[in-house]
Amino acid sequence: MSCWETIGDYAFRSLGFGERLLPRSGFTLCQQVTLIGSGMIWNVYFGIVALVTGFFLATGLAMAKAARSRWLRKPAEWFIFIFRGSPLFIQFFIAYQIFVMLPRSGIEVFGMTVATSWMTKAWAGALFVLFLNTAAYSAEIFYGALQSVPKGDTEAADAYGMTGWVKFRKVLWPTMLRLAWPAYTNEAIFLFHATTLVYFSGFPAFQQKGDALYYAQYFVDKTFNPFIPYPIVAGYFILLTLALILLFGAMNRRLNRHLAPNQRPKLKLRPQLVR
Amino acid sequence: MLASCADPSVLEGLGWLLCYLTSGTHIAFYWSFVTVLVLLAVTAPVALAFGFGGAVAARSSIWPISLLGRGYMAMVRGVPDIVFFLFFVIALDQGIEWLTHQVRCPDWTDPVRQGLEFRVCPQAKVPPGNAPQVWHQIYGFGLAVITFALVFGAFAANVLLGGMQAVPRAQLETAEAYGMTQRQVFRRVLVPQMWIYALPGLSNLWLILIKATPLLFLLGVRDIVYWARELGSTKTSVYAYPHPDWRLYYFLALLVFYLCMTRVSEILLGRLTRNLSRGQATAAGEAQRKAAGGVA
Repeated sequence: MSCWETIGDYAFRSLGFGERLLPRSGFTLCQQVTLIGSGMIWNVYFGIVALVTGFFLATGLAMAKAARSRWLRKPAEWFIFIFRGSPLFIQFFIAYQIFVMLPRSGIEVFGMTVATSWMTKAWAGALFVLFLNTAAYSAEIFYGALQSVPKGDTEAADAYGMTGWVKFRKVLWPTMLRLAWPAYTNEAIFLFHATTLVYFSGFPAFQQKGDALYYAQYFVDKTFNPFIPYPIVAGYFILLTLALILLFGAMNRRLNRHLAPNQRPKLKLRPQLVR
Repeated sequence: MLASCADPSVLEGLGWLLCYLTSGTHIAFYWSFVTVLVLLAVTAPVALAFGFGGAVAARSSIWPISLLGRGYMAMVRGVPDIVFFLFFVIALDQGIEWLTHQVRCPDWTDPVRQGLEFRVCPQAKVPPGNAPQVWHQIYGFGLAVITFALVFGAFAANVLLGGMQAVPRAQLETAEAYGMTQRQVFRRVLVPQMWIYALPGLSNLWLILIKATPLLFLLGVRDIVYWARELGSTKTSVYAYPHPDWRLYYFLALLVFYLCMTRVSEILLGRLTRNLSRGQATAAGEAQRKAAGGVA
């Protein structure tokens, strides 16, 4: 069987297309690279959707944490503490248990039945947890940036008579993003890394449709040889990380385009590990 | 176990709960919290030592050593931690068995890697096949500690190198001007001063280490996640204490445990930062001096 046939059979296996049975013997390098790459589709999906949706919640949470009112500040502080203070692994377990407890037939709301069974599937349930998790981490970053918006900027906005939404939209938010961007880049990278935990923490992979690490583990279980599948996963993630750095670097340049070149902050990959 | 718990089927209410929570498996569950704490207590100093070694190596003027240190630090970046955890444990396990195989069975002719299987001679099994179960558990735990220490050591090396580079050059040059040797400068000036610069990074790393402990479960150690899943799952009436699926409550207990660990660590590390800042030429040290009524 040529490598092209293997790619045809397994390139979209993680979505349920192509060959139904996973390879069982005579594992070739091509099969491993293709199948693990197919699993990467899920990692990219979880990462992108959680990041984009989490961004908006994070902005709201950061504003709430910086608010003067206790009723806004306290819930935001607790939300951030709970999601940043506990392991993502445990969060996945708890979320799965809660989703399983939801009534199978759905919940009646105003005479309409809201289906709930899809929340136990990884594509929705795990995504929801990742969304809340990244929102909490990003909110802390945005909050820190919001605190360090230069006093002169806000005073200038006041002097122009800007208030409320206009002041936020034109002055606070762009500066906050600009200051937070290097740290937010790190958050994005490690969110993608965290997506590998999904299928290790309660959420089952239906019909062997899993992510990159799920397939890597499948191969290790079958061949007892960790020296090929895991480095393949590592290679894919290094590529993904490089792509993210390029993308976020371009955004960073755009956010800082009004500054003199020597004042522009550089993106720096800082180590951070498990969440 | 309490004497009144002899026949659980006649118990009710609070008495039942008390007996349930002191059953043999629950005692093992409580001990697994100690396992996690021991892991933290052992891993943190070992990782710090690895990190210190890595940072010193990276600063070395001999380039093979410097390359080794930098390579070690660069190793864990860009790759999900969980991949490292899964990879290292198997690689370490097989590496150790391969080495003992080479030493103990030099005239073994079969290849070690037979297609799908990794097969060493029976004498080279670590721990020996006939060893009691407890040795297998200790060996597994030891592998986990080494894996954690290796991965976190690389991150600690990064932080410590940053701390070393942040010590003002003038301090080192002054020490040299006093006629100290490089070794003395390192021991008496650089190392005592670097901690305050490294502390924010190290605190962060400690909090991350706490949150990484559930990965023990993936390494096959019977840790708190294992027991929470085991004890919480539905128990039918064949068991002494039948109950429905209670995993949610067990995981909530774990959540509270981790949140408490995080909070307590944050408070203690905050105090440590204040103590270490005393008399340092940093913004925090300066603020303390002014608050104490020093000369402005």
